[in-house]
Amino acid sequence: MKTGHPEAAIQARNLSKHFGTVMAVRELDLEVPRQRIFGFLGPNGSGKSTTIRMLCGLLTPSQGSIEVLGRQVPREAEALRMQVGYMTQKFSLYEDLSGIENLNFIGSVYTLGRKRKRRRMAEVSEQFGLDGFLKRRAGTLSGGQKQRLALAAATLHEPELLFLDEPTSAVDPENRRAFWESLFDLVEAGTTILVSTHYMDEAERCHNLVILDEGRLVASGSPTELSRNIHAQVIVVQSEQPRRAGKALHGQAWVRSVAQIGTELRVLVDPSTADASEAVRQVVLGAGLNVSECRADRASLEDVFVAATMDHEASA
Amino acid sequence: MKSLQRISAVVWKELRQLRRDRLTFGMIVGIPVLQLLLFGYAINFDVRHLGAAVADMANTSASRQMVLNLAHTQVIDIKHQARSAGELESMMRRGQITVGIYIPHDFDRRLADGDRAAVQVLADGSDPIVQSAIAQLGQPSRVSPYLDQPPRLEIRNFYNPERRSPVNTVPGLIGIILTLTMILFTAVAIVRERERGNLELLITTPIRTPELMLAKILPYVMIGLVQVSLVLCLGVWLFDVPVRGSLVDVYLVALAFVVANLSLGLMISTMADNQFQAMQMTFFILLPSILLSGFMFPFDGMPEPAQWIAELLPMTHFMRLIRGVVLRGAELQEMAGELAVLAVFIGVAMSFAILRFRKRLD
Repeated sequence: MKTGHPEAAIQARNLSKHFGTVMAVRELDLEVPRQRIFGFLGPNGSGKSTTIRMLCGLLTPSQGSIEVLGRQVPREAEALRMQVGYMTQKFSLYEDLSGIENLNFIGSVYTLGRKRKRRRMAEVSEQFGLDGFLKRRAGTLSGGQKQRLALAAATLHEPELLFLDEPTSAVDPENRRAFWESLFDLVEAGTTILVSTHYMDEAERCHNLVILDEGRLVASGSPTELSRNIHAQVIVVQSEQPRRAGKALHGQAWVRSVAQIGTELRVLVDPSTADASEAVRQVVLGAGLNVSECRADRASLEDVFVAATMDHEASA
Repeated sequence: MKSLQRISAVVWKELRQLRRDRLTFGMIVGIPVLQLLLFGYAINFDVRHLGAAVADMANTSASRQMVLNLAHTQVIDIKHQARSAGELESMMRRGQITVGIYIPHDFDRRLADGDRAAVQVLADGSDPIVQSAIAQLGQPSRVSPYLDQPPRLEIRNFYNPERRSPVNTVPGLIGIILTLTMILFTAVAIVRERERGNLELLITTPIRTPELMLAKILPYVMIGLVQVSLVLCLGVWLFDVPVRGSLVDVYLVALAFVVANLSLGLMISTMADNQFQAMQMTFFILLPSILLSGFMFPFDGMPEPAQWIAELLPMTHFMRLIRGVVLRGAELQEMAGELAVLAVFIGVAMSFAILRFRKRLD
């Protein structure tokens, strides 16, 4: 309580981590506000897990400083254990113990009193719908059930700050929806959540977001800010021969990417291009193909992601 | 041809993996070399250099000559002098000596007499191998090449007069069984959590390292003592092994040994990357424990370097303690030194494990 609680739950400056010659995270600056869901979006190997592990104090940064809930990490990481919850990417509860036994163990390791433990176990099993399978061995549960059990275990001691490392990677869409509902409940109750994902629809739900690529922060902001500030124009083209139209567009210097979605092509065009939709139409027509529709569109998060990672490749 | 190509691809891969797996590679070379050296040098059925003490009550030139002759056989090494038969017996009970030579004050007269035994040889006969080595001492040619008339040796085997092997083997077997199971239990304890991914969760909880280490040992202490009881009961019922010391002492000794082995296992667990490596390391300790501790072959018969290695194994000290208590009825105070070695061992292994274990992933 020396400095009082700072505004941000997490502040990281100039954070880097290398394993041998591999740079997993490079010069990352982060500020995670309290009572928000903060997302890490990035492909596999972009440094999401490494960053979360550094923020938890499990990995020592090669460079840079971290402050979590007003304490220096990793130096003071042990003092934070009671305030922080961590759900690992791989299911890490004991598969040979039942759900109840696992929760009981976690409750005791976090030294919850007998009464509080019983109350919290009842609360989380209600909150995350565990009742139907708590008596079964954790190893026999489905992906969605395991994930709910793991979230229950990570929140049993009512942490202020929750790290979730790709929590929904083994879960079907319906369960993912329900899972996110419970995350918003936690935030409303005062929890700060940092979650990593490679699903665009999940990233869309976060209050704030950073996009990571090859260990570098390539974009940050709220999802709306990110699509507003995209460094590209988005043009949607409808053509009867989308594959050939796509090939024709690919050759243009000012076309940065072409993605086919059903019969539609989403084309990212350099922001400096004047009258982009007309330019795109001319290229497709010029290849002897028809164009039934060609219009500018609002950038989706996926467009932002593609544009941001390409920017970084161009500058590298 | 294709099949050959596929086979050689796999062989090549295996060899390459093997070369990177330094521990297995070490076992390939290490085990045969270790075995050969142990069997070739340490394991010696022709026992020599048994620790001995002499109580020479006569102290005449003839008696001194005879002691010299006995020493020249190299079967015994005279390490101590005793003042009485009682002192010889207590040295033997403490495990300081294996052979005691008692020369009565009327040695010269007995020698001249020829009918009565001139010398009494007391032997710790727990181990039948030692018994037969000492029996050779009694052969006249070995004792008295220079005396006109060979003195008659009376050999008294202590502790195992019927020369039954199980009497010697069963207490030692407790040690072997505890070494294998206890080390293995804790050797995989932490590695298993790492392999299954549980460790990443565990180290983000508030549990402290010494707490975790202690918690990993405690459940197995009970299991170890159950094993001790099992072997002891079977030994008494099936093989008539006498338990001469107090049962409390037996369990105290076993407790110290169980904790020493569990700490050793924990130390392995913080070094091994996976369960298989932990098993390999366990066998590295188990093998010399069986061969060098005095379980199979008399400790005194081994060359010095083998004895040095043996002193580093908890099993060697346990073997002395358990045989002392069970077979010779020794009291713990008499063997406090051996117990202290086990205590030091526990301290070192536990500290090593605690210092080496980090609540980190890097």
